[in-house]
Amino acid sequence: MTDFPWLTVLIVVPLVGALVTAVLGRGRGDDALPKQVALGFAVLTAVVGILIATQFDTGAGMQLEETHTWIEAFGVHYAVGVDGLGLLMILLTVGLVPVVFVASWHEADGRSPAAFFAWALALEAFALCVFAATDVFLFYVVFEATLIPAYFMIGGFGREGRAYAALKFLMFQLGGGLVLLAAVIGLYVVSADAGTPSYLLSDLSQIDMSTTWERWLFVGFMVAFIVKAPLFPLHTWLADTTEKATPGTSVLLVCVLDKIGTFGMLRFCLGIFPGASEWATPVVVTLALISIVYGAFLAIGQDDILRLIGLTSLSHFGFITLGIFALTTQGGSGSILYMVNHGVGTAALFLLAGYLIRRKGTSLISEITGVENRAPVLAGLFLVAGLATLGLPGLSQFVSEILVMIAAFDYHWWVGAVSVTGIVLAAVYVLWLYQRTMTGPPVPADAGMKDLSRRELVAVVPLIAALVVFGFWPMPLLDAANPTVETLLEHVGVTDDQPTVPVAEEGAH
Amino acid sequence: MDFTKPTIEYADIWPLLVVFGVACLGVVVEAFVARERRFVVQAALAGLGLAVALGGTIWVAGNLHEHAGGAARGAVDVEGTVVVDGPAVFLWGIILVFALGGVLLFAERRLEGGVSAFAGQAAALPGTEAERQASTRGLEHTEVFPLLMFAVGGMMLFPAANDLLTMFVALEVLSLPLYLLCGLARRRRLLSQEAALKYFLLGAFSSGFFLYGVALVYGFAGSMEFADIHEAVRNDLENQTLLLIGIGMLSVGLLFKVGAAPFHSWTPDVYQGAPTPVTAFMAAGTKIAAFGAILRLFYVALGAERWTWQPMLWVVAILTMIVGAVLAVVQTDMKRMLAYSSVAHTGFLLTGVLGVQQVSELADGELTSLQAVLFYLTTYGFAMVGAFAVVTLVRDSGGEASAFSRWAGLGRRSPLVAALFAFFLLSMAGIPLTAGFVGKWAVFTVALSAGAWPVVVAAIACSIIAVFFYVRVIVLMFFIDGSPDGGEVAVATRPSVLTSATIAVGVAATLVLGIVPGPVLTLTEHAGQFLR
Repeated sequence: MTDFPWLTVLIVVPLVGALVTAVLGRGRGDDALPKQVALGFAVLTAVVGILIATQFDTGAGMQLEETHTWIEAFGVHYAVGVDGLGLLMILLTVGLVPVVFVASWHEADGRSPAAFFAWALALEAFALCVFAATDVFLFYVVFEATLIPAYFMIGGFGREGRAYAALKFLMFQLGGGLVLLAAVIGLYVVSADAGTPSYLLSDLSQIDMSTTWERWLFVGFMVAFIVKAPLFPLHTWLADTTEKATPGTSVLLVCVLDKIGTFGMLRFCLGIFPGASEWATPVVVTLALISIVYGAFLAIGQDDILRLIGLTSLSHFGFITLGIFALTTQGGSGSILYMVNHGVGTAALFLLAGYLIRRKGTSLISEITGVENRAPVLAGLFLVAGLATLGLPGLSQFVSEILVMIAAFDYHWWVGAVSVTGIVLAAVYVLWLYQRTMTGPPVPADAGMKDLSRRELVAVVPLIAALVVFGFWPMPLLDAANPTVETLLEHVGVTDDQPTVPVAEEGAH
Repeated sequence: MDFTKPTIEYADIWPLLVVFGVACLGVVVEAFVARERRFVVQAALAGLGLAVALGGTIWVAGNLHEHAGGAARGAVDVEGTVVVDGPAVFLWGIILVFALGGVLLFAERRLEGGVSAFAGQAAALPGTEAERQASTRGLEHTEVFPLLMFAVGGMMLFPAANDLLTMFVALEVLSLPLYLLCGLARRRRLLSQEAALKYFLLGAFSSGFFLYGVALVYGFAGSMEFADIHEAVRNDLENQTLLLIGIGMLSVGLLFKVGAAPFHSWTPDVYQGAPTPVTAFMAAGTKIAAFGAILRLFYVALGAERWTWQPMLWVVAILTMIVGAVLAVVQTDMKRMLAYSSVAHTGFLLTGVLGVQQVSELADGELTSLQAVLFYLTTYGFAMVGAFAVVTLVRDSGGEASAFSRWAGLGRRSPLVAALFAFFLLSMAGIPLTAGFVGKWAVFTVALSAGAWPVVVAAIACSIIAVFFYVRVIVLMFFIDGSPDGGEVAVATRPSVLTSATIAVGVAATLVLGIVPGPVLTLTEHAGQFLR
C-alpha cells in the first residue's frame, strides 16, 4: 500500500475531471450533467485526500514521497510528498472545492457553466500539486500554472469590469512569478556551483551558500510570496479581484491560492534560506503589521461587501506572516492553524455574501438593510462566520490568533501591541457590516426574499460546523502542524525562549 | 599552376545538395511544366525535397564522427569551408522542419478562395489593367517554391560555414530570395513592395558592413578560416584595432539579420508587409540560421576574444529586449506586435549567447549556453510558425485582418482558433507547461551562471512587460465583445489540411516541449560542442 502513488492520484483525479467536464460541456448550454460530473470528481478528490490523511503519521516528517527524474539537464524531478503543513493545505483545498461547487451551482449559468467547473477543477489540481511539490522547479511550474485557470475564472465569469480585474490580477501575479523565476534560476546556479545541479528540496536545504546569494534569492522568493499572499504594499490587486470575481472564484483565490504565499514562506523561505529569513525578520514583521492595521482600516471604509471581505484577508495574511516570521513554535503553529481557519471562515463569509448579493442584486452595503427580518438563517450564519473572523473565543480563528499574538509579544512587546489593534479593528468592520446590512427595519422591496435554500445550506453548514469544532478542539490540526514547525525552526536554528518566572527567594522579605 | 581537385565529402553534405538541387530543378519545372499543373508539381517537389533532406540530416547526424570522447562530433569538409558538426546538423534539422511548415503554408489555396497568398503577376503594377487581368486569369506565382528552397539552402549553409567567405555567400543566398518573397503579397501589394524594398536596401547595407568586417578580420589574421582566426586571436597581439573594428562590423551584419536593436527597424515593416506565410517561414528560419552563424563566429573564431565582445552583447541584448518589449505594447496590428515580440525574443536569445563559459567552469551536467540557445530556437520556431499560421486564418471581407480591432471577441466566434493562438502567445510569454517557459529558463540560467545578472534582471523586467502585451491580446479575443469602434470583425476561415497540419504540429510541439523537454535537451547535449 505504501508504494501506491497517492499524491499523484490526488493531482490527476481533478485534472482528468477538468478534461471530462470540458469535453462533456461542449454545446450543452446550462445542462446539469457536466456540473454533476465535476462535483463527482471533486468529491472523489476529497475522498482521496481523506484516505491520504488516514495514512498520515504526524511524527514521520515528509511522507508518501515519489521522486522521478523529469528534466535531467536541469536537475529537475517530479517529486511530491506531504508533511503536516502540506497535508492541512491539501485537506483545506479538497474540502473547499466541492463546497464551492455546490454553492456556485447556478453562478455561471448562461455563460458556459461547464467551463467554470472545468477551470475550477484544473485550478484544484495545480493547487494540490503546489502543496505537494518537493522540487522547487516543479513548485514553480505549478505555482505559475494556477494563474491560467484563475485568470479565466475571473475574466470569464465575474461582474462588469472583470476583464480589467483579471488583467490586473494576472500582471501582479506574473510579475511576482517572474521575480521568483530569477530566484529559482539563481538556485540552479548555486546548486551547480556546489556540485551537481538539483532542485530537490532535500538537496537544496543542505547547500551552504554565500550570505549574499542567500539574501538575494530569499528576496526573490519573498517578493513573489508577498504578491501572492498578499501583503502591503503589493496587495492592490486583491480588492479589485474579489470585487469583480464571483464569490466562488474568490473563495478559491483567497482561501486556497493565496495560501500558497504563506505556505511558500514556510516551506521555501525558512526551508532553504534560514539565515536570510532570520536576517529579514524586522522588515517582514513591519510589513505584516502594516498589512494588519492598514488592511483593517481599508476594510472598514468599504461600501462593497466583496471588497470588504477581500481586504479583511489582507489583515489576516498579515497575522499569518507575523506568526511565521516571529520564529517561535507558537507563532509557526499558530500561522499554520490560521491558514486553515482563515480558509474556512473567509470561505463561509464569501459564500454567504454571495447568497445575499444574489438575493438583493447589489453588493453595496449602503443599499442593503434589514435582511435578518426576511432571511434569519442567512443573517445568523453570516454573524457566526463574521464572529469567527474577528476571533471570538469558541470559534476556531481565536485559537490561531492567540498563538500568533503570543509569538508577537514574545518577539517584541510593541509588535504584540500593534497586532492587538488588528483584533479591535476586526470587531469594528465585522459588527458594523452586520449592523448595517442585517439589522434594521424590514424593507418592503424585500418582501419576496427567501431564506437559504437547501442547496445553499448544504454548502455553508459544513464550514460553520468546522469553525465551531476546531474552535473547541484544535488538537488534530495542531498535532499535524507542530512537527513541521519544530523541524523548520530547528533548521533555522532558533529555539523558543523559556518563560522566565521569577522565583521568590527565601528570606527576601 | 597545379590544379588539385577539391575533395568533397558528399556523405556529409548531401542534404544541403538535395535542397539546392531541388531548387534548381524547380527553375526547370517552371520552364517546362504546363501552367495549370505547375503549382501542384512545384509544391510537391519542394515538400519532397525538404523531406528527403530532413531524412538525410537525421542519417548524417547518426553517422557523425566522435571527437574528444563525445564532447564534439562531426568533420570539417569541402577543403575546410563547411563544417558538419553536431550543432550544425541540429540546426539543419530544425530549419528543415520549419521550412516544411513554410511550404505547407505557401501551398495553402483554400483561404484565398482557390489561389495562393502570392501575387498573380509580380511585375504588374498595383492598380493597373495588367494586375486585374492577372487576377481574373487566376495567375499564380509558382516561383515562390524554388525561391524558398534557395533560401533554405542558404540558411543551412550559414551556420555550417567554416570560413568568413562561405558565411558571406550563405548570407546572400538566404537573403536574396527572401527579399523577393517579401514583395509578392496578393493583397495590399504596395505595403508588401515597400517592405521588400526596405528589407533589400537595409539588408544590402548590412551585408556591406559584414563584408568590410570580413576584410578587416582577414587583415588581422591573414586567413578566412575560423580555426586560423582563433589561433591568431590567441597569439597575435598586434593589430588589435583591426580585429576590434572587424568584430564590430561582422556583428552589425549578423545582428541585423536576427533583428537586434539598434538594427531592428526593418522587422515590423517587413513582417507586416510580407505575405504571412513568408513571414512565418522567415521569422523562424532566418533567426535560426543567423543565430547559428552568430554562435559559430563568436564561439569558434572569436572565443578567445570573449572579453571584448561579451560586454557589447550585454548592451545589445538589454537594448533589444527593452526596445522589443516596450514597442510591442503600443502596437495595434497583430503582425507588427508579433514582429516586435520577435525582436524581444532576439534579446532573450542573445542573453543565452552571452552566457558562454569555458567547459572547465561548468559543473558536471550543467547546461551549456549552446544547448540553451539551440533549445530556445526550437521552441521559438514552433511558436512563431504556429502563431503566424493562425494569423493567416483570421480574415474579414478584405482578406487577412491583422488589426487588433478586428480580433475583438474572436474567442466567441471561433473558440478553437482563438484558443490555439492564445496558447502560442502563452508560450511566447514563457508561462510554465509551454515550451517557451523551458527555453526562457534555459537562456536565463546560462546567463546568470556566467555572471551576467544585470542582463537577467533586465530580461525578467522585459518578460513582465511582454506578458502584458500578450495577455492583452487574450483579453481582446476572449473578454471583449465585438469591435470597439463598431467596425467589421474578423472570423477564422476554415483552412485546408496543409495549414491545419502546420498549426497542429506547432501546438503539439509547444506542449510536448513544455512538459517533457528532456529528449530535445538530450539531443542538444548529444550534439556536443562546435568543431574547430
